[in-house]
Amino acid sequence: MANLPFIAAVDEGIHQEMKRDPRVLYFGQNLATTENHAFVAAYGHDRVRVTPISETAEIGIAIGAAMAGMRPVVELYMAEFMLVAMDQVVNEANRFRYMSGGQVKVPLVLKAGFGFTAGWAGQHTGSLSSLFMGVPGLKVVVPSTAADAKGLMATAIRDDNPVVFLHHYLLTLEHGEVPDGEHVVPFGKAVVRRAGGDVTIVATGWMVHRALAAAEQLASQGISAEVIDPRTLAPLDLETIFSSIEKTGHVVLVDQGTRHASVSAIIASEIAEHRFSSLKGPIIQVTARDTTVPYSEPLEAYVIPDEQRISSAVIKLLKR
Amino acid sequence: MSTKAPDAERQIWMLSQMLRIREFETRVKQTFTEHPGAIRGHTHLADGAEASIVGSLAHFRTGDAALATYRCHGYPLVLGSDPKALMAEIYGRADGICKGLGGSMHLTDVKRGFLGTSGIVGAGIPHAAGAAWAAQIKKKQEVVLSFFGDGASKQGAFHETLNIASLWKLPVVFVMENNGYNVVTTSAQEDANAAAGRPLAVKAQSYEMPGITVDGTDPLAVAQVVGEAIERARTGGGPTLVESKVYRLSAHGNIIAPPGVPLHYPEHEAITVFGRREEYEAALRGDPVPRFRGLLVQNGTLTPAKAEALAGQIADEMAAAVSFAIKSPFPKNESALEYNYA
Repeated sequence: MANLPFIAAVDEGIHQEMKRDPRVLYFGQNLATTENHAFVAAYGHDRVRVTPISETAEIGIAIGAAMAGMRPVVELYMAEFMLVAMDQVVNEANRFRYMSGGQVKVPLVLKAGFGFTAGWAGQHTGSLSSLFMGVPGLKVVVPSTAADAKGLMATAIRDDNPVVFLHHYLLTLEHGEVPDGEHVVPFGKAVVRRAGGDVTIVATGWMVHRALAAAEQLASQGISAEVIDPRTLAPLDLETIFSSIEKTGHVVLVDQGTRHASVSAIIASEIAEHRFSSLKGPIIQVTARDTTVPYSEPLEAYVIPDEQRISSAVIKLLKR
Repeated sequence: MSTKAPDAERQIWMLSQMLRIREFETRVKQTFTEHPGAIRGHTHLADGAEASIVGSLAHFRTGDAALATYRCHGYPLVLGSDPKALMAEIYGRADGICKGLGGSMHLTDVKRGFLGTSGIVGAGIPHAAGAAWAAQIKKKQEVVLSFFGDGASKQGAFHETLNIASLWKLPVVFVMENNGYNVVTTSAQEDANAAAGRPLAVKAQSYEMPGITVDGTDPLAVAQVVGEAIERARTGGGPTLVESKVYRLSAHGNIIAPPGVPLHYPEHEAITVFGRREEYEAALRGDPVPRFRGLLVQNGTLTPAKAEALAGQIADEMAAAVSFAIKSPFPKNESALEYNYA
């Protein structure tokens, strides 16, 4: 185990896979501009390249390289930059295997940070996972710890499908224990971050940490909250969420995205359809307020869910 | 640059491939009256572009790759795909080359190097560059051909990709089939170069690569120009933009209509939209398929009897493709969910 910042753990995951598989490529803007760059030094310019600001070409090139047998990782920096090239993400990469009747595989990773609510204002702060999670052919990964960041990146690179790897910008420097050597974390396996019996809280990314802080607060009031981190949104491990609800009978879904058509709304609909009889109260969603993220600090804080809003929602739900 | 000109045998092969594309497309078009309802959605035919397609693929080797657009029936025929499987795909049947999941716009035959087709204009151009990056890494002198239309050269994907392909010296040849129309918009209405009376190949200058305009109705001229571009790509010289000037002899596609309205091919937009019947008739007089056949007969490469026999064989081959496709079963419902993930 090493104590590493989240972002170094992501890099470790990429290094691990580039070392074991010469087909893995890594490229993007402002990357590998000198010979001293760690990835260039280790793997050379055949496999590590800087690109111009051309997201459509970057992602499109990854698709073509993947169809021709490579396993590219595109460094996109910010999830919003994928929006420039949305056709390539949701209507090209994910379609080719299907439309060819299974003739091709498109193994690639789109690595992008998201949710930079640190004064980045309207266009660099979005929590966009819901735009990708329902798209057939795509997988969506949202790690919340350094260990998962490494292990899920490794799995994303080994996966034979296009994977959107969304790392939360506010976790970048958060340290965590990261297993040395080969480390992979399976897709579609949620993890219980904190066990509890009174209420189930589901959260991803940075919100996992706010949910854990809320759970701590609630514990001091005698409420035992279970916190579940799905880790991947596609595939989504509903079974772990369902089992928890069978035990607690109450659920609060936390989402940094805006409320309508959000990840939490999708999870809520599955719970309503499949575990209605286990519920002792309504499904509660604690989401960002339905607005563009404002620049001004107190307004930004007002818009994004915090532990206070999460614990208040739980207390109201449990009528305590 | 040494590119071997096609010998007599190869020229006969070229003619036969041109005839096969034309016959295949004729049978697709006829299907709308012969088997109404058998073809759904939107089809786009390659008639008029046969010389360009065959000339471009004349120097294609095993290991090379080609990617194209929704107007994609011609390339796999030349690369050796089974016309029965191609027709069955267009009919949405289980024996289709993509198991009935792709249809007319998405023909793919990976075994023969036909890697993929995007139905979104310009979107496939970066895919070709990506495959070319893979080829560059593999260092086996393999090249990638990227086929697209003149309309695609107004997309960001085109410009972004040509820039990177040139920077990285990727082994790719960009073949722009300029048929003068983006659906019902003429080049001069949408392209600054065309409006200034300049060839679209000048776009290559912005990206520091050769840009060459060729008569896309002359298969030998195309084979020469694209062959040189392929040779340049194979030997590390980087990409080339070839503007191949063709005339689409059918409308952009069959009519767009909701279910219940029988589909058919309208007349070409030069007539229906612009009222320029003479332009279309001139194109018909210059039809590359009979022209090349006539040339080979005239110069003694092929006897009239052999040419006739060849055409007959091909008519039989494509008739068999139609019979096969119409008898092929529809795919099972479960297969609709089978190929989303590897």
